[in-house]
Amino acid sequence: METVKNAVGREIPKEYADQYGVFEGQFARKNEYRRAAGKVVPTLPGETKLVSSLREAIEKTGLKDGMTISFHHHFREGDYVLNMVLDEIAKMGIKNLKLAASSIANVHEPLIEHIKNGVITEITSSGLRDKVGSAISHGLMEKPVVIRSHGGRARAIESGEIHIDVAFLGASSADPYGNANGSHGNATCGSLGYAKVDAEYADKVVIITDHLVDYPNTPISIPQTLVDYVVVVDAIGNPDGIAKGATRFTSDPKELLIAENACKVITASPYFKDGISFQSGSGGSTLAVTRFLAEKMRESGITAGFLLGGITSNMVELLEEGLAKKILDTQTFDRGAADSIARNENHYEISASFYANPGNKGAAVNQLDVVMLSALEVDTDFNVNVMTGSDGVIRGASGGHSDTAAGAKLSLILCPLLRGRIPTIVEKVNTVITPGEGIDVVVTEVGIAVNPRRKDLQEALKNAGVNLFTIEELKDKAYALAGTPDPIEYGDKVVALIEYRDGSLIDVVRQVKR
Amino acid sequence: MERLRRTMMFLPASNPGMLKDAIIYGADSIMFDLEDAISLAEKDTSRFLVFQAVKTFDFSSTETVVRINSLDAGGVDDVHAMVRAGIDVIRLPKTTCAQDVLDTEEVILEAEKACGREPGSTRMMAAIEDPRGVLDAVAIAHSSKRLIGIALGSEDYVTAMKTKRYADRNSEEIFFARSMIVHAARAAGIAALDTVFADVNDMETLRKETEFIRQLGFDGKSVIHPRQIAVVNSVYTPNQKEIDKALDVIRAIEEANAKGSGVIALNGKMIDKPIVERAERVIALARAAGVYTGPEGQEG
Repeated sequence: METVKNAVGREIPKEYADQYGVFEGQFARKNEYRRAAGKVVPTLPGETKLVSSLREAIEKTGLKDGMTISFHHHFREGDYVLNMVLDEIAKMGIKNLKLAASSIANVHEPLIEHIKNGVITEITSSGLRDKVGSAISHGLMEKPVVIRSHGGRARAIESGEIHIDVAFLGASSADPYGNANGSHGNATCGSLGYAKVDAEYADKVVIITDHLVDYPNTPISIPQTLVDYVVVVDAIGNPDGIAKGATRFTSDPKELLIAENACKVITASPYFKDGISFQSGSGGSTLAVTRFLAEKMRESGITAGFLLGGITSNMVELLEEGLAKKILDTQTFDRGAADSIARNENHYEISASFYANPGNKGAAVNQLDVVMLSALEVDTDFNVNVMTGSDGVIRGASGGHSDTAAGAKLSLILCPLLRGRIPTIVEKVNTVITPGEGIDVVVTEVGIAVNPRRKDLQEALKNAGVNLFTIEELKDKAYALAGTPDPIEYGDKVVALIEYRDGSLIDVVRQVKR
Repeated sequence: MERLRRTMMFLPASNPGMLKDAIIYGADSIMFDLEDAISLAEKDTSRFLVFQAVKTFDFSSTETVVRINSLDAGGVDDVHAMVRAGIDVIRLPKTTCAQDVLDTEEVILEAEKACGREPGSTRMMAAIEDPRGVLDAVAIAHSSKRLIGIALGSEDYVTAMKTKRYADRNSEEIFFARSMIVHAARAAGIAALDTVFADVNDMETLRKETEFIRQLGFDGKSVIHPRQIAVVNSVYTPNQKEIDKALDVIRAIEEANAKGSGVIALNGKMIDKPIVERAERVIALARAAGVYTGPEGQEG
C-alpha cells in the first residue's frame, strides 16, 4: 500500500493523504475559508414547532438515506437520546446515514446493530468506547471512522467538511418554541457547549426534552432562532449516568504523588502568577492538582483569571472562594458544577467552537496558560495516545487533548509510569492524537521529564530544585520493570482516520488481528 | 554520617503492585512484611515475591528491610531467601532477649556462607514487642554488631501490659517502653525507631506523636501508609533558622581547622563535639528533605 509519511513519522495511506492532507506541524495550516451555513425554513406566526412524537419529528425533518445526523455527548453514560433516535430511524427503514456524534459512550452499544443493519455506514466522532470501539477496531465498518478533536469537529462543521442535515439535540429543559438549556429540568447536564455548534450549522434542528416549560425558557443555550421542532419524550437520560455526585478527592497515594509533582511543576513555572488560567480533567490526579494548586494560590495570594474546559465542582469551589474570577464551561462533569452554571453568572457556558476550534477567529484555548492532561501512552518524542489501548483497540476519545495542548503555554501530561504491567512511557505510541511539539512536561510518580524544546522550563524547574529526568530515562525505568512490549499485530485495513485539529491526518488506526 | 531513618514503611509482601511502587513515596527504609500481614497460605508466595522484587527492582539508596517470621515458623526459609536476594536488613519480630538475636544471626551467617555473600554484610534490626524485651532492651541492643537499630512494636506490647493504645492521651502507656528503647539504642550507638500510628486518616495526631518522639530522641518512626511519610519526614525537617545555625557551626569548625586553632567559638559560645554532631545531623536531614541543596559549609 502506498503511503505518505507525516511530520510525526506516521505512514498515511495515499488515498486518505490525498483527501485530507497529512499533518505537517501544529500550526502549519492557516487557511482562509468561508463559513458554511445551514438551511433555514422560516416559522410563521401561528405555526407550531411542537410535534407529538419522535417519529413525526424525524418525518418532518425530511431525513432520508445518505444524510448526516448529529448528537451531542453531554449526557455521557446516561444518554437515552442517541439510541432512541436511531431505533426510530431504523424502524422507518432509513439507511446509509452518516453519524456525526460529538462522542460515543459505552451506553451506545446498540449502535453496533445499526451498523450491521446498514442504518449507519459512516461515523465521525471524538471517541469510541468499549464494545463499539472494539467492534470497529475488529473491522465492523467498511469506511473508516473519522476521529476529530472537539475543536477539530467544530472546525469541520463550520468549514462545511461535516454538513449536518439533522441535529437531534437532547436538552434537560425547553419551551415549545425551542429555547433550550442543560441547566434546568430533571436530567441536567450543565453546559450544552457541543450542541451549540450543531444547532448553528445544521439544516434541521430537533430539540428533544423531557421537561417542557412555558415560553420563554431561560437561560437560553440554544435559541429558538435555530430550532425547527421540539419533541417531548418520557426521559432523555438517566441523571445518575449524566452527572456524578460530588467528585471524590482521590486517596490513591500514587495519584496524589503524581498530582504533587505536577503542582511543583506549575508553581515553579513562570505562569504561576496572578491571573493564571488553567484547565484540568476529571481524572484522579488532575482533580487532585486543582486541590493542591488552590492551596498554593491561597499561600501566594494568587487569583486565577479563568478556568476552562470540562468543569467539575472542584473548580466551582475555586470560583466561589474567589480564587478564580471566571469559568468558561464547554462541558459540565458533575452535579455541583451543573448547579453552578445555573446560578452563577461568572460560570459561563461556551460552545465547542469558542472553546477549541483552531479555524475560527480565536478560541479560548489560545488564552490558556496551563493544561493538565492524561495519557494512555506517551512516547519518547512526547507524542500522546489517548485513543487506542495497549492491545491496539480503540477505547478512548480525542476530546480536547490536542486542542488544549496546542493552545496552552504549559501542557502537562499526568500519567503513571506503568498501568499494571504495561508501560505508559513507550518508544512509540500506538496512535498519535497529540503531537509531541504540543507537550511540555510529562509527570509520573517516579519523575518528571521536560520536552527538550522547552529549555526555559527545564531551567525554571531546575532552579526551583525540581529533580528532572529525560523522557528516555523514564521509558527505560518503565521497560526495566515491565520488559519491552511486543509490537501489536495489525492488519492492513484502516478502521479509523485520526484527524489533527486542523483537518490533516496525524495517524490512522488499523484493524487489529484477532 | 549514618544513614537517615526517619521513616520505615511497612508493606505487605503479598502485593506485587505495592512492591513495585515501594520506593516512590520517599520513605528512608522499606520494610517488606512476611510476618503478621501475611496469611499462612500466602507465606511461600510472598517470600518468593519479595525475593524477586529485591533482586529485580532498583531500590536506589532506599534501605530494604524484611520482617521475617519467627525461626520456628518459617523464619529460617525467610532468612535464606532474603540473604540470597541481597536484602539490606533482616528485622526480627517479637524479640524478647539477646539470645533471639544471636539465634537469627547464626542462620544469617549460614545463609551468607551458603550463597557466597560476605559474612556480616547482612544487617539486622530487632523489634521489641513485649515487656520482657523492653526490660532486656539494653542487652538486645548490644547483642550483635549486625544490629542497625531497635524498634518498638507497641500493639503486642500494650496487650501484654493489659492495657491498650491511648493515642488521645499522649500515649503515656508506652512512655516507659519508648524511653527504654531510645536509651538502649543510644547506649549501643544504633538507631531507635518508634512504633506505627494506626489511624491513617488522622494526620494531626500522627504529627503530634512524631513531634513527641523526635523530642525524645528517636531516629524516626514506622509508617503503614504512604500518606504518613510526608508528615513524619516534615517533622524531622529542620527549619531555615536551624539550617543557618548548623551551617554557621560547620563553617566555624572549618575555619578553625584551617587556622589550626584548637578552641572554637561562635558568637562567643564554645563549640564542642556534640554541637558539631547535631549540626551535621541537621544538614543531613535538611538535605534529605530537599530544603538544603548546597554543599556543607558553603553559602546555602
